[in-house]
Amino acid sequence: MIVVKNLCKDFGSLRVLNNVSEHIEKGECVVIIGASGSGKSTFLRCLNLLEEPTSGEILFDGVSMTDPKTDINKMRQKMGMVFQHFNLFPNMTILKNIILAPVRTGLMSKEQAEKTAMELLGRVGLQDKASAYPAQLSGGQKQRVAIVRALAMQPEVLLFDEPTSALDPEMVGEVLDVMKQLARTGMTMVVVTHEMGFAREVGTRVIFLDSGVIAEEGTPAEIFGSPKSERLQSFLSKVL
Amino acid sequence: MEQYEALKALVTAGEPVTVWQKLYVYVYQAFIYKDRWKQYLNGVQTTLYVTAIALLIGVFLGLIVAIVRTAHDQQRKGHRNVLLGAINFVFNIYVTVIRGTPMMVQLMIMGFVIFASSKDFALVGALTLGINSGAYTSEIIRGGLMAVDVGQMEAGRSLGLGYTDTMRFVIVPQAVKAILPALGNEFIVLLKDTSLISVIGGKELIYAARGVVSRTYEAMFPFLGAALIYLVLVMAFTWLLSIFERRLRASDRR
Repeated sequence: MIVVKNLCKDFGSLRVLNNVSEHIEKGECVVIIGASGSGKSTFLRCLNLLEEPTSGEILFDGVSMTDPKTDINKMRQKMGMVFQHFNLFPNMTILKNIILAPVRTGLMSKEQAEKTAMELLGRVGLQDKASAYPAQLSGGQKQRVAIVRALAMQPEVLLFDEPTSALDPEMVGEVLDVMKQLARTGMTMVVVTHEMGFAREVGTRVIFLDSGVIAEEGTPAEIFGSPKSERLQSFLSKVL
Repeated sequence: MEQYEALKALVTAGEPVTVWQKLYVYVYQAFIYKDRWKQYLNGVQTTLYVTAIALLIGVFLGLIVAIVRTAHDQQRKGHRNVLLGAINFVFNIYVTVIRGTPMMVQLMIMGFVIFASSKDFALVGALTLGINSGAYTSEIIRGGLMAVDVGQMEAGRSLGLGYTDTMRFVIVPQAVKAILPALGNEFIVLLKDTSLISVIGGKELIYAARGVVSRTYEAMFPFLGAALIYLVLVMAFTWLLSIFERRLRASDRR
């Protein structure tokens, strides 16, 4: 579904991603782990072109994302993203947050979008917050709304950029539960996280990024059970 | 009237009068004698008229310049629009020149060189002030747009919304709150700067005060009066603005 070929990304003279190639198949839940500064968020943000790759190619459903002729808005409609800091729109109610994109992009009528939004909110237990503003919600609730907002576009893949890192510890669980539930429905997911428990339990594949290259990848059992490289061993000994 | 004429004669002749009698004569001749208060009133009218037109021009220009410059700066690499680049270049020159030269010089160039043949001094003044204000307003608006968290633009774009839609529904509504107080400040500066158009013959408040000074050879009361009128106008406007801002905050539920 997503093919990454020789992806490089420089910030000034600093090379953050160095020749990363990867295939992500439909239905997979790929978890990306690595130390801070290893390039995992940058990799994720390159997938929907929030970061412009310096070189290399990204194909989504066979269409090149990096081609200047590609309608990037159309492509992004099919790949949702959930951010570390939620990035809900503070000037709109929860319901408006969710229906803005489906309605404006012509994906749904307003009535349809509202119906979908309420259904999705029900699934994450936040139906009663539809007319609230983001500032009235807790961190965990905001992140669940952010997931719903991304889902309302009916994306083919969801990208999670450290979705629990900005949450108070007691709220991490409620967000992870929603993500687990999503993974079970077969949603394709790419997750950058520090939650090793989630990676082990839900991930179908784990990628360990180190200094901008994929140092090791495999099933959770392989990565956590028998890490081969020294770098991964030392990383895991620090986080587990 | 007769009392004024009698006292005026005494003052002119250098006869001893009390401080209060002298004050009475000066205030009377500065504002009441020959209905001079009407001159001030006409001046205030012109001042407000010039302010309103300059404000409209300023906000209009400021909006366009701010939008173009922001859009230009936020283009993706490799997707640069040549036309946008050219307009941006022109607007950059505009902002640099206007901010880099004194208002008084701009007024003189507009009044005595470019529109030397025009008799509508107030309108030329308003146009100059508007063009001047536009440069500052554009920076205020641009600053407000830049102050919105980058995550907001990223969230909008990640949902597949276009740049324009994200700006319109997400960024601009949030920027307005940051822009308004600074814009109010700019309006106050503009209102007071209208006093400068008297140098090209605009018949605003200071022009009226100077007219009275040249008739009475007494400068203190006409200028004090003018200062007081400016103060009252600015205070009234500040009050209106604070009401408006409170309304905005009321919708900002926390």
